[in-house]
Amino acid sequence: MINYRGIRSIYAFEMGRTLRTIGQSIASPVISTVLYFIVFGSAMGSRIQTMDGVPYGAFIVPGLIMLTVLGQSVSNASFGIYFPRFTGTIYEILSAPLSFIEIVLGYVGAAASKSIIIGAIVLTTAGFFVPLHIAHPLWMIFFLIMTSVTFSLMGFIIGIWADGFEKLQLIPLLIITPLTFLGGSFYSVKMLPPFWYQISLINPVVYLISGFRWSFYEQGDVSLMTSVTMIAVFTALSLVIIAHIFKTGYRLRK
Amino acid sequence: MTQPQTAIAISSLTKTYANGFQALAGIDLDIKRGEIFALLGPNGAGKTTLISAICGIVQPTTGSIKVCGYDSVADYRQARMAIGLVPQELTTDAFESVWNTVSFSRGLFGKPRNPVYIEQLLKNLSLWDKKDEQIRRLSGGMKRRVMIAKALSHEPEILFLDEPTAGVDVELRKSMWAQVRALQQTGVTVILTTHYIEEAEEMADRIGVINKGRLIVTESKDTLMHKMGKRQMAFTLRDALQAIPPALSHYALVLTEGGRKLTYTYDATQNGNDVSDLLEQFKTHHIRPTEIDSYRSSLEDIFIQLVEA
Ligand SMILES: Nc1ncnc2c1ncn2[C@@H]1O[C@H](COP(=O)(O)OP(=O)(O)OP(=O)(O)O)[C@@H](O)[C@H]1O
Ligand SMILES: [Mg+2]
Repeated sequence: MINYRGIRSIYAFEMGRTLRTIGQSIASPVISTVLYFIVFGSAMGSRIQTMDGVPYGAFIVPGLIMLTVLGQSVSNASFGIYFPRFTGTIYEILSAPLSFIEIVLGYVGAAASKSIIIGAIVLTTAGFFVPLHIAHPLWMIFFLIMTSVTFSLMGFIIGIWADGFEKLQLIPLLIITPLTFLGGSFYSVKMLPPFWYQISLINPVVYLISGFRWSFYEQGDVSLMTSVTMIAVFTALSLVIIAHIFKTGYRLRK
Repeated sequence: MTQPQTAIAISSLTKTYANGFQALAGIDLDIKRGEIFALLGPNGAGKTTLISAICGIVQPTTGSIKVCGYDSVADYRQARMAIGLVPQELTTDAFESVWNTVSFSRGLFGKPRNPVYIEQLLKNLSLWDKKDEQIRRLSGGMKRRVMIAKALSHEPEILFLDEPTAGVDVELRKSMWAQVRALQQTGVTVILTTHYIEEAEEMADRIGVINKGRLIVTESKDTLMHKMGKRQMAFTLRDALQAIPPALSHYALVLTEGGRKLTYTYDATQNGNDVSDLLEQFKTHHIRPTEIDSYRSSLEDIFIQLVEA
């Protein structure tokens, strides 16, 4: 027996919260995308010309989308579960006939959906600046969905772990943002000196951006299969942590 | 499967919080179907912890809880379906409308939409004209009624009210009592906690007194007041009495006000004949009361007596 209506209620509630603030939900990623295009695409693109044979403006599109999707997934999902814990409204979720997996499906599903929509909006916005070319649309969608889901799972974990708003910001600020910036959003990690290139390969985000960029231009820093394997590893890792929270009731049930 | 007479059966329930504090130290309690049960206890006694354990918000450390025959852990879905909870704290989603938040609660419990039921619910709680209002625009008393509507949205058999009338004015409190009684008429079992003893006295069929994580006593209200209650009779005398006659020494009599007042304290559990015997004795000893006042201790006195024991 699965409480589908319960999952749908959480999902709809979370999506409704997004809709209420539709302006800021969309405005902020769109504005930053435009700014990135002005700074990187136009200002630097006029000097750099091409990267891996792709015009620089177009080259940064996949990275930009990933940057936004990663950040949005983590912040939406962490906030989505942290907020009811903070205000106390979580009591209702905990006293409802919902399994932990159903709670996760509702919250993570909503956070991931929102990220995917925003990813699509950023892609559309980018289309106004550079001609878009997507070589493998299905792979593109695959990477977009997997990244949104995985990082929403991570966000959910952060939202359960955090016991204050500072901690809620801490991981995105200290880990996610640096990793995305150093993950080859705006450059190819192959351009780095060998030492830094090796270091970069520790960064999981490199594989995501590389796979995603490959789906656009058939150009990646690593092979497609490496990217697919890495995203599978992240997803698995997140699921293991989620399962642990489920077993111990960690921080959700006292 | 379901024992028709027992709504909730709790046995040997303990709860030790992560910091090592034991909030429940072995609770055994049966709540009967259809009754209003009041849980009384001082701050920190463990009332909220007990309710939270039953509702699935707190994980019990040991012991078992059955709700309508379903184990609260193994069969948590069926167990929780039967329960509606109004928590102690007023926690609501400030920006949601009344209608949406109540419908949301119903959805969480997996029930199909039923606008007719929700409409009736909101009307019963005098919230119908506020149905499209954002919750943050409601008064505290209205918010509490929204919480009650949320708890009742999935048509539960058992309703928990954790201090439902804290900070609620007298008028609204009375109207909430009436609503709770009306709920009981529809067959809902109600468990409420309160600090207002008059509330328990007014509402409850049975009373449990909890202190330091233990249930000190569980009795029907009448039995409790009968058993624990002290009764006193004060006789104002026409003629001052020098001393209590030795023949009356086995009665708990106290002479005050210069021999003009005689106070008799007796135990309600003892035979009721006492008073008439005493009056006979008065006659024999030419004691003539001009006035008789009788007192019985309130639940409040009993409560203080229990908790301080
Ligand atoms: N999460 C927690 N961690 C540790 N101790 C807790 C926790 N929650 C409650 N307690 C402790 O457990 C005891 C019982 O608390 P509880 O909230 O059940 O009391 P209560 O009877 O509802 O009190 P009140 O009438 O003030 O609402 C208190 O001493 C409280 O400090
Ligand atoms: Mg309490």
